[in-house]
Amino acid sequence: MADKKFTVLDLIDLNLPGHDALDLTCIAGRRGLPRAITVPEINRPGLAITGFFDAFAHDRVQLFGRGETAYINKLHDEKRDDTLRQLFSYKIPCCIFSSSRQPTQEFYELAEEACCPILSTPLDTSDFSKRLIRVFTNTFASTKTLHGVLVEVYGVGILLTGHSGVGKSETALELVERGHRLVADDIVEVRCVNGNTVLGRGANTLISHHMEIRGLGIINISKLYGVGAIRDQKEIQLVVRLEEWDQNKVYDRLGVDQQYMDILGVKVPAIDIPVRPGRNLPIIIEAAAMNERLKNMGYNSARDFNQNVLKWIENGVARNSLTDSDDSY
Amino acid sequence: MTEKLLTVKNRAGIHARPAAIIAQTANKFACEVTLAREDTVVNAKSIMGVITMAAGYNTVLTLKTDGADEVECASAIEALFESRFEEE
Repeated sequence: MADKKFTVLDLIDLNLPGHDALDLTCIAGRRGLPRAITVPEINRPGLAITGFFDAFAHDRVQLFGRGETAYINKLHDEKRDDTLRQLFSYKIPCCIFSSSRQPTQEFYELAEEACCPILSTPLDTSDFSKRLIRVFTNTFASTKTLHGVLVEVYGVGILLTGHSGVGKSETALELVERGHRLVADDIVEVRCVNGNTVLGRGANTLISHHMEIRGLGIINISKLYGVGAIRDQKEIQLVVRLEEWDQNKVYDRLGVDQQYMDILGVKVPAIDIPVRPGRNLPIIIEAAAMNERLKNMGYNSARDFNQNVLKWIENGVARNSLTDSDDSY
Repeated sequence: MTEKLLTVKNRAGIHARPAAIIAQTANKFACEVTLAREDTVVNAKSIMGVITMAAGYNTVLTLKTDGADEVECASAIEALFESRFEEE
């Protein structure tokens, strides 16, 4: 999405359900509909229509509420529309009027002249701006594609990565068999929303939920295991890096120090799991998922274990010092 | 790193069978192999990845190989594109 232009027409065409709907209609300036929205922000042009154009954020979507509309009407009544002319001398992506308010005929004419689309929505200003900001954050979120398998295990979104042939798909298949869900195989499109959440999904709804298993070919998971075995998108909460067992590499034996992987600037907890014949990966991943949930609930197995050990040593020392003192009697 | 521009020359485009041939060929080599169509970059060793590009007739793809046997790998894949994946 980031590389393609997002035009005013795209904004109108977004058909979002229920509480996300924008309900926009174009009421004037149709010729300007292919204008691109480059800055995903909203500006209330109150200052601009009063004639103060310093630092006027003209490249943003201009939202006219009750106050702005009333002021425009007043300007026209008093035949002082030169500031509006000046407003349209800037290249504005579009003007939006909330609560189905209508600007004056003169405003329409000026907009037509400047090829600036005028949109209208039945929603009130504050509700509409909340929805529009939500749409902008989703649409302009940074995206990238990763090579890996995204599964949901006990409600935790886990991205399995590793070289081709290391057994990502096989592991995911066994996880699905054990009642977990597949989000995407091989190509995972990730999006960063709100600056701290990475959402992953298949690149294409048509072919996601299919898997390629060596020796079997391409299989359709939703048909084989039912609709309960798939999910459209999921936040990535843990990255599991599968790799061939390397004799010379030291693998984490304690789990006290948390490792992270950077995805679109977000630090996602990551673990390296060595693959060797006879190691049951799905069970290890299930355990990793539950351990991650425990950590999120505030319990860290490894740290707690170590604290107990420390306490035990301390008690031992104390007891020894007591018995030592006993001996001195 | 070796980079090549390849054009899809078979009428049907890269559907399952050509994708499988590409992935199989790429897997014979140790180097990293990626194919890119505009901003979509995929691992050429994975069949699903190659299919995801939905590359039709006359699409231009960028092949990148990186590793010890990158030159051999790039020419092997180029040969596949040239032979229209032995389809026509």
